[in-house]
Amino acid sequence: MTRDRDLPEFLDAAWLRGLTQTRITRRTALAGAGALSLSAFLAACGIGGTQQNAVSHQNWVWDKATKAGTLDFANWPLYIDTAEDSAGNTTYPSLVEFTKQTGIKVNYSEPIQDNAEFFAKIAPQLQAGSAIGYDIIVVTNGIQLTNLMAKHWLTELDPTKLSNFFQNGSKRVLNRSFDAGNRFTIPWQSGFTGIAYNTKKISREINSYNDLYDPAFKGKVGMFTNTQDTGNLTLLGMGIKPQNSKPSDWQKAANKLKGLRDSGILRKFYDQSYIKALSAGDTVISMAWSGDVYQANLSAENTDLKFLLPKEGGVIWTDNMCIPLGAAHPLDAITYMNYVYDPKVAAQLAEAINYITPVSTAKAVVEQDAAAAPDAATRDSLQATANSSAVFPSDADLANTSYYRELNPTESTQWNDIFNAVILS
Amino acid sequence: MAVAGRIAVRRPALAMRLGRALAPYLLVLPGSTWLILFFLFPLLTLAITSLMSGDFVSGFQLTWNFGNYTYGLALYATQYTHSVEYGVSATLIAFLFAYPTAYWITFHAGPRKSAYLLVLLLPFFVSFVLRTLSWETLMGDDGPLLGPLKSAHLIPSDFRVLATPIAVTFGLAYTFFPYMLLPIYASLEKIDKRLVEAAEDLYASKFEVVRRVIFPLSIPGVFAGVLLTGIPTTADFVNQTLLGGAGTTMIGRVIEQQFEVSANYPLASALAFVFMLGLLAMLLAYQRLFGTEELMRAR
Repeated sequence: MTRDRDLPEFLDAAWLRGLTQTRITRRTALAGAGALSLSAFLAACGIGGTQQNAVSHQNWVWDKATKAGTLDFANWPLYIDTAEDSAGNTTYPSLVEFTKQTGIKVNYSEPIQDNAEFFAKIAPQLQAGSAIGYDIIVVTNGIQLTNLMAKHWLTELDPTKLSNFFQNGSKRVLNRSFDAGNRFTIPWQSGFTGIAYNTKKISREINSYNDLYDPAFKGKVGMFTNTQDTGNLTLLGMGIKPQNSKPSDWQKAANKLKGLRDSGILRKFYDQSYIKALSAGDTVISMAWSGDVYQANLSAENTDLKFLLPKEGGVIWTDNMCIPLGAAHPLDAITYMNYVYDPKVAAQLAEAINYITPVSTAKAVVEQDAAAAPDAATRDSLQATANSSAVFPSDADLANTSYYRELNPTESTQWNDIFNAVILS
Repeated sequence: MAVAGRIAVRRPALAMRLGRALAPYLLVLPGSTWLILFFLFPLLTLAITSLMSGDFVSGFQLTWNFGNYTYGLALYATQYTHSVEYGVSATLIAFLFAYPTAYWITFHAGPRKSAYLLVLLLPFFVSFVLRTLSWETLMGDDGPLLGPLKSAHLIPSDFRVLATPIAVTFGLAYTFFPYMLLPIYASLEKIDKRLVEAAEDLYASKFEVVRRVIFPLSIPGVFAGVLLTGIPTTADFVNQTLLGGAGTTMIGRVIEQQFEVSANYPLASALAFVFMLGLLAMLLAYQRLFGTEELMRAR
């Protein structure tokens, strides 16, 4: 690790680094490839395998971190407030405001479409100990986040730099079982996995997980390919709390799914395309993610989709901001992470994307915005956001939801094999 | 007997002799380097990985764990069957569509041959994922095709195309259609038209001409077409993901998911290796049945 020093203004840090760092030439790359192949054969082979001990302050960068004035932020598509400037370019008002306040320029990109896919892309770089080019990434709690933390591929957060988070974060986000003490991550937004159905095609009331098993919907029922969503929601549907479940319970759940598949009631295990199938009428009832249903009803000609948490219980998941190891601008990153916990900013994001905000006090801000709205339509829409249980869920809603079953590496292989035997059949 | 004199034959210089001796090796060097770097090395890595055990976090170690093979085969036998089943039927369907098409273009399209070929191949200029996605929209349960038929009560309301093995098979046949069409067209095009005339002069019916003259002469193209279509259809996973449903998963999808989602590299490698060996065995059997000669001629 080189030490960062304050540079005179006319010297660009990145440019200087480019000059002074050894670059990969063809020769060194070839030598590297040779060494790699040699070691692969001579050292008799292994992949990874450098699990560090969980010492406190494993990746502590804060003592020498300095403000760089730049931030590379990798997020999911459609997951931030946007506006159009006079030239027709997309801008992000909350980021513009952040730059105005702190002088930090944000390079915002949306390369994350899928946790597993993104993880597969960054894992080799992190394994090799090189930076991935992003200062903040957003990862859902689940196998990939567990792996990132277990591998110590994330920068430990400095709580003294997150005053907004500790002051304004709602009770739920301050205490997440998968990252106790908020050591590596703080939430971006959260959402529910539950059931959505087409009110035009189904007239009766839907309220239970078992409604997915109604023979009346034969060939029109959708579920997720993601073993975590399908597995956990099915466990809940059988009255088993995921966190207390054992492999024998997982097998029971898989058998229940097998029965559904063999009966022909289940049409397909979908990825993100489930929402398209539901809007197009290929399915009439499906497992679903809360925010998607809201956005589908907004955009499509179809506004008949309804999302609900089954009475047996729904799944709540959280997308978490974290700083990957070797990030070039950690101080800028944590400054931004703290910034989004300002209730005003949180409200701005909630109004735009309608996921569960981590700042419950943002509700008051949304209500103020509604009261000050210039026209009735805006006022109604903001008021609806303030009252929406998908943005500001009540304690009762939350009590009826569980996080994904936490899985250690051995369990995660077992879990995947058990559920994939049905899902990938 | 006059001796016409002697010609002094000088041995070429050492450098030249060396150059001549080395030339063949230098000529194969780029190709063999390519093969070693991008085929043999990955293959070896795959074989070694398939014998490892461990998990993503604590790392994978080579333990000669042949259990990956038995475990994978036991868990995903049906998916292998699906691959072969859909791959073979898709190849057959592609052949049944491609042969008459190629035949008609060669013998009956007159001067506009290349125009017809272009029209046939034009859709394939678009990414095949996009094309498959548009099939998904087109064939939706209430889509532009089935919707009107259903409201006219011509088909039952629970009829569907998507999420069935048939959708997967036809999707595969469609995606790889040009790989069947072009080799067959090329071999038909090469046939000497006078042979056809000769057969007709000898009172062969249209059907007999095709059966006894044209088809046998086009076998190299058919052979190549079947290879070029059969291998990718069997290995494909995109069509199945988009057009298939519960219970139609092919092995390619399983391997992809094991690599990317479950990060279980040893199991994925073992599955991939078995698949490769199985495919190789099928190809060898196919080549035995239809002869090496055809393979040579197809080149």
